[in-house]
Amino acid sequence: MIQVEGLTKYYGEHAAIRDLAFTISQGEVIGFLGLNGAGKSTTLKVLGCVLLPTSGRVVIDGHDVVSNAHEVRQRIGYLPDVPPLYEEMTVGEYLAYVAQLRGVTSRDTASRVGEAEEKTGLRDVHGELISTLSHGYRQRVGVAQALVHKPALLILDEPTSGLDPRQIVEMRDVIRGLKGAHTVLVSSHILPEISQTCDRLLIIHKGMLVAQGTEEELAAKMGGRGTIELEVRGDKARAVEVLQRFGAVEVDRVSDGLVALTVRASPDQRPLVAQAVVGAGLELLRLDQGAGQLESIFLRLTHGQEARA
Amino acid sequence: MKALLIARRELSAYLRTLSGYVIIAVILALNGLFFNAYALGGASKRSAEVLSQFFYYSSGFTVVASVFISMRLLAEERQTGTLSLLYSSPLRDRDIVLGKFLAGLAFLALYLLCTVYMPLLVMVNGKVSFGHVAAGYFGLLLLGSASLAVGTFGSALARNQLLAAITSAVMLVALILCWLLARITEQPLADVFSAMSLWNQHFPPFQAGLIHVRDVVYYLVVTYVALFAATRVLEARRWR
Repeated sequence: MIQVEGLTKYYGEHAAIRDLAFTISQGEVIGFLGLNGAGKSTTLKVLGCVLLPTSGRVVIDGHDVVSNAHEVRQRIGYLPDVPPLYEEMTVGEYLAYVAQLRGVTSRDTASRVGEAEEKTGLRDVHGELISTLSHGYRQRVGVAQALVHKPALLILDEPTSGLDPRQIVEMRDVIRGLKGAHTVLVSSHILPEISQTCDRLLIIHKGMLVAQGTEEELAAKMGGRGTIELEVRGDKARAVEVLQRFGAVEVDRVSDGLVALTVRASPDQRPLVAQAVVGAGLELLRLDQGAGQLESIFLRLTHGQEARA
Repeated sequence: MKALLIARRELSAYLRTLSGYVIIAVILALNGLFFNAYALGGASKRSAEVLSQFFYYSSGFTVVASVFISMRLLAEERQTGTLSLLYSSPLRDRDIVLGKFLAGLAFLALYLLCTVYMPLLVMVNGKVSFGHVAAGYFGLLLLGSASLAVGTFGSALARNQLLAAITSAVMLVALILCWLLARITEQPLADVFSAMSLWNQHFPPFQAGLIHVRDVVYYLVVTYVALFAATRVLEARRWR
């Protein structure tokens, strides 16, 4: 679906992205991860045919973004980092306008707008002026405009930025709902959101691709097996002793006979850990996989780059 | 086709926001005042003379209106980020420019339509030929088209609407003042500058009710060149 080779983009003297190369196949949901200023938006702008690359080749669905941009544009839906909304239009009018701009016939427009509103939960605000919408709804209208013409490829630049936690969950559901119908490329600097919705991750740092793969592949590559967090009631020394055979143990805190610990071990071993703890006569209060797995990979990757630079 | 779609949206944006009406209202009021004070005032004149005066003042206000109408065309899309929507859609850059320009032209035509009451007033108390009025308005529309096209170019260049208005105004004033250069330069340059001037040589015939092909061609060429330049600016932006 997408082939990128040696993609470089300079803004004046400054290289925003350097020598990016990756491929994305049909139907994948790809997370594009990086800190602010890493070059995510620039890359997506090139893929979205808004900017032309300084050098390198980008082929989308067999068409080159430089020589055959018009063909590419018919196959993509792009949500920029700021949703491109016309304040004085209603949601319905706006989506109909975008659909027709992207080549939907006037006969199909109403049904396409309806479908897009359905997918993004905009039914209720169909007749509202965009200027009166809350930030969460505006972001959804942004997603709706990107998919209203049923493009093969959806490019969403930080669709969850500035949303509150509930809206983030909703947006995540929206993106998950797109799986299958479209190839989706979604960028973010918020990690959990990406790890939960995407098949594969591309990690970009300072304009260069530092890693790609599934969350497990990345974890394996970085030598980390993940962590298990648990909370037990009982003797601290005894708990550490029991857990040590699974991996390195860190004691996070001890209070009122409660001990919170983190074990460096694959989350797959949770049942065994539970058995061991209970077998040792300790009370198991909580057992969980470490939330920060991806986060730690990401930080290690970006930090390592910084150290080398 | 896509250009018409863009034009339709742009025009409805003019009609729905206050700024469009404010521009029309203010310029209409000034135009009316000038008409009352100068075209109608003073010693008694013949109807044709009053009409000519009317077109004289209206031509100036048409240029001013064009600057204010065109300033938002592309600069606003850039300011609010909606230009990305157009850039990522299957449109040619010329469709974007043409659509914007046509919306501006339609809105300018609306303004001109609002000024029709003045020639009608002349008609009530005197005799004017329909042809004279038609030729005058045709001239105003052509002058407006050229000014709007220059404004569209300015709007493509500028980062925001205010800068767009200033840039366009500077370019238009430069074009108008070409006739001053014509007065101080030798032949054949004098003729070239005189012919280049936006108003000097090309508008007065319309004012008197005459349509010359060379004047029509001049305004169309200015329109074309300016829109072409605006298209090029949009294209260049992608390389930025």
